[in-house]
Amino acid sequence: MSADPTQVLAFETDCHIFDGCGFPAPGLHSFVFEPLFTVGGIDFNKPMLLALVSTLVVVGFFWAAFNKPKLIPGKLQMVGEAGYDFIRRGVVYETLGKREGEKYVPIMVSMFFFIWIMNIWSIVPVAQFPVTSVIAFPVGLAAIVYVMWVSLTFKRHGFVGGWKNIAGYDKSLGAVLPAVMLIELFSNLLIRPFTHAVRLFANMFAGHVLLLIFTIASWYLLNGIGIAYAGISFVMVLLLTVFELFIQALQAYVFVLLACNYIQGALAEHH
Amino acid sequence: MSHLVQLAQEEIQNPLLPPIPELVIGLIAFAIVFGVLAKKLLPNINKVLEERREAIEGGMEKADAAKAEAESVLEQYKAQLAEARHEAARLRQEAQEQGTAIIAEMRAEGQRQREDIIAAGHAQIAADRKSAATALRQDVGKLATDLAGKLVGESLEDHARQSRTIDRFLDELEEKAEAAR
Repeated sequence: MSADPTQVLAFETDCHIFDGCGFPAPGLHSFVFEPLFTVGGIDFNKPMLLALVSTLVVVGFFWAAFNKPKLIPGKLQMVGEAGYDFIRRGVVYETLGKREGEKYVPIMVSMFFFIWIMNIWSIVPVAQFPVTSVIAFPVGLAAIVYVMWVSLTFKRHGFVGGWKNIAGYDKSLGAVLPAVMLIELFSNLLIRPFTHAVRLFANMFAGHVLLLIFTIASWYLLNGIGIAYAGISFVMVLLLTVFELFIQALQAYVFVLLACNYIQGALAEHH
Repeated sequence: MSHLVQLAQEEIQNPLLPPIPELVIGLIAFAIVFGVLAKKLLPNINKVLEERREAIEGGMEKADAAKAEAESVLEQYKAQLAEARHEAARLRQEAQEQGTAIIAEMRAEGQRQREDIIAAGHAQIAADRKSAATALRQDVGKLATDLAGKLVGESLEDHARQSRTIDRFLDELEEKAEAAR
């Protein structure tokens, strides 16, 4: 029953311990959703809808904050400016420098807030699902960064120089140079975009599973002596919710920081 | 039931394989965010941030200018105060000098007046003595002639000659007095 991939609730309403009901453990099925509605042949499910709502939230917030900015900022503008400045100065200028980095500020700011809001749905009541725990969303963003990185590398260093940059060509390495180049090529071209996307995906996936386990357990244990354990489980839910709040921001930050690092590598004269 | 789980999981895609609709929606969602932020909102805020930076720098420049002006005014005041003090000291000095000069002048004037008075007194005395001497001489001559006339029994008064004799007598008398002195 609990294995129904189309179920919306994470747990059975009538399943408790000592009732002859097994623990309805969360699993991959917790990340699959039945289409909510269909538009133009595309089945809209919950993650998609949440992704679009994230767009609305980010655009809506920055619209309210920055549409008619004032010299002396209001509260909302102040908060927006703080967030904007955090990415601009704290991430982009730090890695790329003010001169080179200015161009990449908009995409990094967009990326950070978009990812962050998508992550935050994990602990928002009713939504309660991190959009980025569906691999397609991190993959799309990582792909954008990957394309930017590759095109920048070749634009900056030319065809041969670009390959040298990617392969980490360095004469001083001598005999081990071919091995290093092979590893670097493999690492930069194949592993890095993969880990870039999976790091975000796996963190949010694992966080969601953890929250599900303790939430389901809190409900499942609610019978007889199990009630005491249910309380502990519920405390864990609260603690993990706070922890996830931290992880959500951290992973969005890490994603953007890595994106800047990759671009910095493409712009650097020597690898 | 575990059989059901098994069945259900077989239907589920590998979690690392991105479903295409989600990928497309995700990219569209991000494109909208990026488009609005990059084209409109961030340029907006950048402009304001730049304006604010300029306003703050302008404010600082103004403050610097005001400070410099205040300092120059203070300098000016100090210079003027010093000048005024100097001027006051100079005036005091001058007044003192003038005072001394006036006192000296007054003193000299006094001295001069005193001397004048003394000189006038002396002249007066000399003139008085002279006129007294002349009168005395005439009186003495007259008394002498009167006395002599009474003694001789005849009047000598009318003889001019006689007056010359008296004069000569008196001159001799004076000469004798001179010599005796």
